[in-house]
Amino acid sequence: MQTYIAKRLLLVLPTLFLVTTVTFLLVRAMPGDVLMARLAESGLLGSSAGGFNDAEREALRERLGLNDPLPIQYVKWVGGIATGDFGESLWNNQPVAEVIGNALPATLQLGVMALALAWLLALPLGIISAVRRNTVRDYAARFITIGGIVLPDFWVGVIVILLLSKVWNYFPPLLFVGLFDDPRANLEKLIIPALILGFRLSAIGARMTRSAMLEVLGSDYIRTAWAKGLNERSVVMRHALRNSVLPVITVLGAQLSILIGGTVIMETLFVIPGMGRLAITSVTARDFPLIQANVLVLSVFVVFANLLVDISYGFVDPRIRYS
Amino acid sequence: MLALWSAGLVRFARRQPVGAASGAVLVAVVLIAVFAPTVARYEPTQVFRGEALLPPSSSHWLGTDDVGRDVWARIIFGTRISVTVGLVPVTIAVLLGWLIGLTSGYFGGWFDLLVQRVIDAWIAFPTLILAITLAAVMKPGIQNVLIAITVIFIPGAVRVVRSVTLPLTESPFVEAARALGASHTRILLRHILPNTVAVVLIIGSISIAGAILTESGLSFLGIGIQPPTTSWGQMLSGSGRARLNDAPWIGIAPGVAIGIVVLAANLFGDALRDHLDPRLRGRDA
Repeated sequence: MQTYIAKRLLLVLPTLFLVTTVTFLLVRAMPGDVLMARLAESGLLGSSAGGFNDAEREALRERLGLNDPLPIQYVKWVGGIATGDFGESLWNNQPVAEVIGNALPATLQLGVMALALAWLLALPLGIISAVRRNTVRDYAARFITIGGIVLPDFWVGVIVILLLSKVWNYFPPLLFVGLFDDPRANLEKLIIPALILGFRLSAIGARMTRSAMLEVLGSDYIRTAWAKGLNERSVVMRHALRNSVLPVITVLGAQLSILIGGTVIMETLFVIPGMGRLAITSVTARDFPLIQANVLVLSVFVVFANLLVDISYGFVDPRIRYS
Repeated sequence: MLALWSAGLVRFARRQPVGAASGAVLVAVVLIAVFAPTVARYEPTQVFRGEALLPPSSSHWLGTDDVGRDVWARIIFGTRISVTVGLVPVTIAVLLGWLIGLTSGYFGGWFDLLVQRVIDAWIAFPTLILAITLAAVMKPGIQNVLIAITVIFIPGAVRVVRSVTLPLTESPFVEAARALGASHTRILLRHILPNTVAVVLIIGSISIAGAILTESGLSFLGIGIQPPTTSWGQMLSGSGRARLNDAPWIGIAPGVAIGIVVLAANLFGDALRDHLDPRLRGRDA
């Protein structure tokens, strides 16, 4: 098991290198550097002739390190990250680590809540659907899940907000507060987006659970379990479910990307100050260090989450360790 | 050849009635996109003065939006974007993924190792974040939405094609071909490639739905299709959303349109998978 984990950890290094390089280059390729945007914002650009001059601009570029050759900028950047320094926001000189640190908890909480709700819904739906295959309950479960796959999350969000306000005259709280500052208000703010996201994720999870269960339910040892007179509960929960868990874990890893995309939409829709909203605002502001840090943090998160998924395979299925 | 094709179609329709019906819906959507000016009745950008926020009626089938544009016309012209987004990037991504997956699976070695690492890193970027960043790098617009979506769908195609190619490379018939002195090109093109067609068709058809959803998400966020071009996702962004309360038809129409097309694409992809891959038949529909 240790060699297996070590091997998986080693494989992460080149992935991380590529992720950082691509993030770095991607952001450098953006047109119209932030200076232009900054100067335009402050009314210096094009306001009056001589409002800003080349020397001023050059000094600013120099100060922000935009004049260094690319490899040097890259090394500085990666070196900074290693020491927890992500640079400063180009807009308000706030440390990027601080900005990200402020945005991360909301997204993390939203993601965890959505994922928990998703599996709370997906497992029973998938199991019922497989065990009661081709019955009304199966069709009902599949009808629900198809809705989650087919309807765009932003649309479901918009419609839910509309229904809540029209039918129940309910408006989700406008301001976001931290979980530890005011748990009630915090949960009230996040529960609806988490439910919408969870619904979408559960659809994929339920389908996967269903097909994995169906495959296992058709196998010989399940027939044996029935034949020796076990009750349905123990055949389904102990024999079948345990053996269908592997493909279901795989989906969990693949869901992360959808989950993160979903948080962008939900944070925009429900005005939650998280990573997703930060991604949008920093991209429109062309705030290089912020975009980089944001993309990097999220991708590294995905890399390690997938690493955990891979390692958990090793625990769940001993065969994988040795192949 | 034509007879063979139509016989295959009939067989597909008989075995997979739902899939065939979904396929018909997709064909209909393509036709609507092509003949949009006839079907739409109005221009999508035409503003009817003093007729803003009208509910559905005989003159405006799906009502009008907050500036007085016909919602039906906008939905119909929106099919053009969805059809383009569902076909162009997916085709390019699948073809590139096919090429890379086939060669890396077949040749193995350091090339395969390199490809795998690149794909690992590629997949680590959350798709929507990647699309947002790409769209921002290149400024929003249809062209860049297409590029962003292509980029998103390549790694998945590579992985699937590679996983199918690996066992084929070790299979007896490829060994036999190699023993007979066939070149790499010949083995790849004549023996392995034909056996990957099914999986490529499946991944392509399944990606269509994802591509359409991604475009609508991007456009909703305001980084996708830009006005005056109409897209379903965009209809829900900005002022359209603000007026949902007094004019819900503005928002319901694009959601239903996306739902129909994505549902049809999904069901068609599932049916195609069941039809082409007998091992999976009946497992999940």
